[in-house]
Amino acid sequence: MGFNEMHAEAVAGVVDRVINRYKRDPTCMLQILREVQESCDWIPPEAIDRMQAMLGVPRTKIEGVAGFYSFIYTEPRGKYRVLFSDNITDRMQGNRAMMERLCNNLWVERGKVSEDGLVSVGKTACTGLCDQGPGMMVNNYAIGGMSEQRIDEIAELIRNKVPLAEWPPAYFKIEDNIRRADILLNADFKPGEALLAARARAPSDGLNASNMRSWREGLPSGIGGPGATLDEIKRSGLRGRGGAGFTTGLKWEACRNAQLKAGHQRIVVCNADEGEPGTFKDRVLLSKCPDLVFEGMTVAAYAIGATRGFVYLRGEYRYLLDHLNAVLAHRRRENLLGKDICGLPGADFDIEIHVGAGAYVCGEESALIESLEGKRGTPRNRPPFPVTNGYLDQPTIVNNVETFAAAAMIALNGGEWYAGIGTKHSSGTKILSVSGDCARPGIYEYPFGISIRQVLEDCGATDTQAVQVSGPSGVCVDASEFDRIIGFEDIPTAGAFTIFNKTRDMFEVARNYVHFFQHESCGFCTPCRVGTSLLKNLMDKLHYGSGSPYDFAEIEKLNQLLQSMSHCGLGHTACNPVLDTIAKFRPYYEKRMMQQDFTPAFDLDRELSAARQMTGRDDAGAHLVTEHGGQA
Amino acid sequence: MSYTFTLDGKVIPFADGQTIIQAASAAGVFIPHLCYHPEFKPHGSCKLCTVRVNGRHTASCTMRASAGMVVESETEEINAERRALTQMLFVEGNHFCPSCEQSGNCQLQATAYHLGMMSPHYDHFFPNRPVDASHPEVLLEFNRCILCSLCVRASRDVDGKNVFALSGRGIKTHLIVNAKSGAAGRYGLRAG
Repeated sequence: MGFNEMHAEAVAGVVDRVINRYKRDPTCMLQILREVQESCDWIPPEAIDRMQAMLGVPRTKIEGVAGFYSFIYTEPRGKYRVLFSDNITDRMQGNRAMMERLCNNLWVERGKVSEDGLVSVGKTACTGLCDQGPGMMVNNYAIGGMSEQRIDEIAELIRNKVPLAEWPPAYFKIEDNIRRADILLNADFKPGEALLAARARAPSDGLNASNMRSWREGLPSGIGGPGATLDEIKRSGLRGRGGAGFTTGLKWEACRNAQLKAGHQRIVVCNADEGEPGTFKDRVLLSKCPDLVFEGMTVAAYAIGATRGFVYLRGEYRYLLDHLNAVLAHRRRENLLGKDICGLPGADFDIEIHVGAGAYVCGEESALIESLEGKRGTPRNRPPFPVTNGYLDQPTIVNNVETFAAAAMIALNGGEWYAGIGTKHSSGTKILSVSGDCARPGIYEYPFGISIRQVLEDCGATDTQAVQVSGPSGVCVDASEFDRIIGFEDIPTAGAFTIFNKTRDMFEVARNYVHFFQHESCGFCTPCRVGTSLLKNLMDKLHYGSGSPYDFAEIEKLNQLLQSMSHCGLGHTACNPVLDTIAKFRPYYEKRMMQQDFTPAFDLDRELSAARQMTGRDDAGAHLVTEHGGQA
Repeated sequence: MSYTFTLDGKVIPFADGQTIIQAASAAGVFIPHLCYHPEFKPHGSCKLCTVRVNGRHTASCTMRASAGMVVESETEEINAERRALTQMLFVEGNHFCPSCEQSGNCQLQATAYHLGMMSPHYDHFFPNRPVDASHPEVLLEFNRCILCSLCVRASRDVDGKNVFALSGRGIKTHLIVNAKSGAAGRYGLRAG
């Protein structure tokens, strides 16, 4: 019996246990698949048989969902599934050489499963360990700080089939690396305080929660604890921290005012699917101050009258799950979740955590909701928007982790206090995830309005050529722009701050990002599904030395098409890194413009690489001399 | 009460709840489309039916008509974009009209003609997509699939059978069949 084979009965036992825990609820499909895989190492056909019978959903639906997520395997991937993080920062820290080393050590080909079915080694998008990379995941558990020595140790552990639970705990220690803390990361706060402060601020009567709707609707607006809480959020000027910067108060109010159908309830969702390459501040917020985040969600629930909450935690942060569940359990014991929270009549709210499975697009709020419903993470057609028709068609707010943390502090200290921090158009603080070429990578919390130059100075960056702010879908700024500031009025950001010094090739940076978008396109709409692949092919063509001015024009045309025709933001921004670097770092492209006239991407010599690998030859005789002097 | 909007300057009446493409069709105005079919729930994935509404691009099959909208469809710019999308669909799959049995009775081909597509423009992807000939009466020719999901919706929403679904993600998105072996014959898929 191989490593990946279990008796059908054993598989059925695992599936039954998991499905019963999720009360046979098909909306928990992704969670069920994920947990079945944690026991079976993959999703064998017998498991799908059993799920089909138990959940009463067609096989096509289960396979459709399983096939969408990178971390769910419908084919065996080994007892040990190693994925190297392949963000540009991991590349800069030498992840490729380490992956090679591990493959050689284990006698396994990259992307394939070893002959004995024990192990597979592959790559994955940014795992959020940029400040302590290169990062990797083994069976979805994060390991940072890869070194040659650690690679060799891991190879040994795998060869000896040591269970993951017995690996040295030091491997799994993920540092917070907080370098500058402000109101959020320094929050002096006791769980429950924010909610009580919000209530205390309300006028003397009308303290009941707004989900006692019939009662509340008799009140003039703005009266009562929930109304007062919402007013504070509006007064604070808080805007969403996930990148788009929508005004939080407006979103909450729209959800609160949405009509509830019979049997429906309002939903609060915390978006912890921090997938934008180079961003890791939510990881730290959840690890250091989960209570602040949960409290913010509870404040939101109180303000809008929601009774059910979700945290959508990205699959890469699976290692945080047990701790977060323990914090939630503690809050339930302390009456900070559950019924009549903090003694507020009608303030009923609870939070459950759903874990993603490797799909960047699920950071888009409507795709996230689809995924929460146990479906493929395809962004919805909008309108209607989630505030009226969200989770299972119920009014739903989706906010970033940091937004909720800020909301808790606003409830505690008031909107005016918050509005006094930062700039006129951007109140409060922003947590930056600083990584790349600097002496002190990590987490920096600043009031809005901080200049790029100041951040670079604080983190010890020298000889800086460029900073990618807000990840691939953000902007690339060059040295002439370092006096620009972080804020909605200038450079908005979800938090990534990736630094490149003068030795870095900005073309390769852009190419890495383009590969990322191509991998993460959900495939729903034609322009993004095919366009991101075409863009990737064009960048690879330039990389291989077959680029000509014609290809520049093609890139620009593709950008226009993706901007106007794509279904969601992923397609709209997929060309950004290329356009930015063409505009600001053109010499890196020109170096590759070896061709005056159009040259095909097809390269006969490159096509022979498979034959060379099979025959183990790489001598001159195994190569063709190409006419245009492309890389042979 | 009836409302109207304008489509390329023409006044189009519409009823409450109608989408732009529904109202346009009812008024006899053609908007190119592939994944839209009047009998099924709109999907909005092929993006061929994209129009400009008050200056913004949007799929006309999912966008509800509203009074006074100014909609542009047959402009040079939009048709160029539609042509590029059609070219993308051609290079993504394996569509070789001269040797295809559907030639002459094919909406993709007709759309390409309609938009004046003279070449695929982009490099072909030449994906490896084996046909499913396991069923005695139905041949599933995945090489021609453009992922419009019409078969998925027809089977799921109309027949209530869930014979088809999409799996995979991104450029690896593909059609699957409701059978453990993944082959149509095992499902006992019956015509009619």
